[in-house]
Amino acid sequence: MTKIIGSKDIISHIRSGMTIGIGGWGSRRKPMSLVRELLKSDVEDLTIVSYGGPDVGMLCSAKKVKKLIFGFVSMETTPLESHFRKARQEGSIEVMELDEGLLQFGLIAAGMRLPFFTTRVGLGSDILSLNPEIKTISSPYKDNETLVAMPAIELDVALIHVHESDDLGNTFIYGPDLFIDDKFVRAASKTFISTERIIKTDEIDKNKSMFNWFERSLVTGVIESPYGAHPTAATPNYGFDKEHLSNYSKATDQIEWEAYFENYISLDHESYLKAVGGKDHITSLEVPVF
Amino acid sequence: MEKPFYTLSELCICAASEAWRDGGEVLATGIGLIPRLAASLAKMTHSPELMMTDGEAYLVSEPVPVGPRGNYHPKIEGYMNYSRVFLNIGIGHRHAMTGPVQMDKYGQTNISFIGDNHLSPKAQLLGARGFPGNTINHTNSMFFPNHNNRCFVGNEVDMVSGVGYNPSKKLKGMKSEFINLGLIISNLSVMDFKGPNNQIQVKSLHPGVEIQEVIDNTGFELLHDKYVVTPTPSNEQLSIIRDFLDPHNLREQALPDRSDK
Repeated sequence: MTKIIGSKDIISHIRSGMTIGIGGWGSRRKPMSLVRELLKSDVEDLTIVSYGGPDVGMLCSAKKVKKLIFGFVSMETTPLESHFRKARQEGSIEVMELDEGLLQFGLIAAGMRLPFFTTRVGLGSDILSLNPEIKTISSPYKDNETLVAMPAIELDVALIHVHESDDLGNTFIYGPDLFIDDKFVRAASKTFISTERIIKTDEIDKNKSMFNWFERSLVTGVIESPYGAHPTAATPNYGFDKEHLSNYSKATDQIEWEAYFENYISLDHESYLKAVGGKDHITSLEVPVF
Repeated sequence: MEKPFYTLSELCICAASEAWRDGGEVLATGIGLIPRLAASLAKMTHSPELMMTDGEAYLVSEPVPVGPRGNYHPKIEGYMNYSRVFLNIGIGHRHAMTGPVQMDKYGQTNISFIGDNHLSPKAQLLGARGFPGNTINHTNSMFFPNHNNRCFVGNEVDMVSGVGYNPSKKLKGMKSEFINLGLIISNLSVMDFKGPNNQIQVKSLHPGVEIQEVIDNTGFELLHDKYVVTPTPSNEQLSIIRDFLDPHNLREQALPDRSDK
C-alpha cells in the first residue's frame, strides 16, 4: 500500500463547487505547491476555508473562489492581503466571516460528526447579524443560557503541508505550531499532504511520533514537495520570502497578475523553485521572529 | 518649552502597562508594538505574575525584546500554540490590548472592514480575527495611535468585531458577565469605562493636552469631570524600555513624538 501520488493527481479528486480547507496560518506553512495546482486547473466556484494568507489572495485573483469562510486574511509581512482586499472591495466573492476560534469550532464539530458546537463566541458581535445561517440555542439545563450553535464546517478536501511523511500518510510537523491543521484534516472527507520529505516507516520512533498530530486513516494522498510552502514559511526549515511576497502583493492589476501567473504559477514544481531563486535561496530565508 | 525627558511613545507604553495592574495571573497579549511593549513593561515591573509568549508559540518567563535580538535567547517556560490560546480564551485567563480601527461609545470595536455594505466594503481590513471570542470571554484594552473622530466614531462601528456594552446587542438569555473592557490609551489621553452604565470617561490627559482637544477629536460624548495628568515615566521604566525591551527604538516609528508636530 502506498499513498504517494503526483501533485497534479489531486485535481482528479477536486471538482468545481467543492469546499476546500487549507492548513497553515497567514503566511506560515501553507501548502502552496498544491494551491498552485488548483490555480492551474479548470476547477472553479470553490468554497475556501482558511486562516488566510497568500493562498486565499491567489485563489481570489485566479477567480477560483465562490465563497470564503475565514477569520482573517493577512500576509503577516504586511498585515493586509492586497488580492483578497481587491476581491472583497469589488464584491466578487461571497463570505462567511467568522472569529478565529469560531472557525475552529466549526471544524471540530465536523471532525466529531456533530451538527454544531456550542460556544459564547459570536454573541454580541456582528458575526451573528452578518451570518444569519448561524443560529443560537438555549441551554437545555436550568441555566437556560443562550449560546451560539456554530454549524459544522464539513470539508470535501483538506490540503496540508508537513515536514515529513511516509508513504502511508504517517505525517510529522516539527514547526513551533501545528496551527489548526489537525482540525482541518478531521473535518475533511479527503486530505492531501504535501511534504518536505518522504521518509521510510521504519525511521519513525517514539521521539518522532510526538510530532504526529493525526492518524494516517485520514490521509488520502501524499505528494513529495520539497520547499512546497514557498513563498510562505515552513519553520524550522525556512522562513517566508518577504521579497517574493511583496512583489506578489503589488501584482493586483490584471496585467501584473497574469505576468505573476505566467512567471511562477504556470510552472511545474522544479521550474518554480528555479524561478524563485533556487533551493539555496529558499534555505537561506530566515525563519520569522515575532 | 523644554523638551521632556521622555517621548510620547514612552509615555503611552507606561500608561498602557497600567491596564494589567492587579489583573492576576493571566496571559498578557499586546497586539502591535506599543501594546506589546506595554504588556512587557507590566510584567517587568508591577505584575511579574503575568504570562507572556514570544509572539509565536512559547511562553516566556521574561518578555522578549522587539526587533533583532542579537544573542538573546527567549527564556522559555512553557507552550502556548494557537489551539491552546483558544482554550485559554475560553477560561478567560487573558487580558489582550489591541489596536482597533474604530471604536464607538459602547466600546464596540472594528478591525473587519470600513463601509456600510459588507458584500463589497469600501475598505477591507483584516477580518474579525479573534475579537468576537476575546471580548465575550476576557478583559480587553485598546490602543489608538491617532485620537480622532474617524476612529472614535459618533455612530456605531461599521462592523462589531469586538463586543462592547451595547444593550441592543444583548440577546435574551445571553451571559454577558465576562465582557470586561479595561483601558483606552491614545496619543492624547487615557480613558476607561467606569462611568455610569459603562460610559467612557477621561481618566487622564497626557501632559500638555487640553480637554477640548480630546472632546473635539472624539465622535461620542465623554465624561470628563475628574481627570488627572497622565503620570510621566519613571527612570526605572525608561531604562527597561530603552535598554532592554526596545533597544532599536522601534517605538518611535510606531508612534512619533508629539514635538514633531
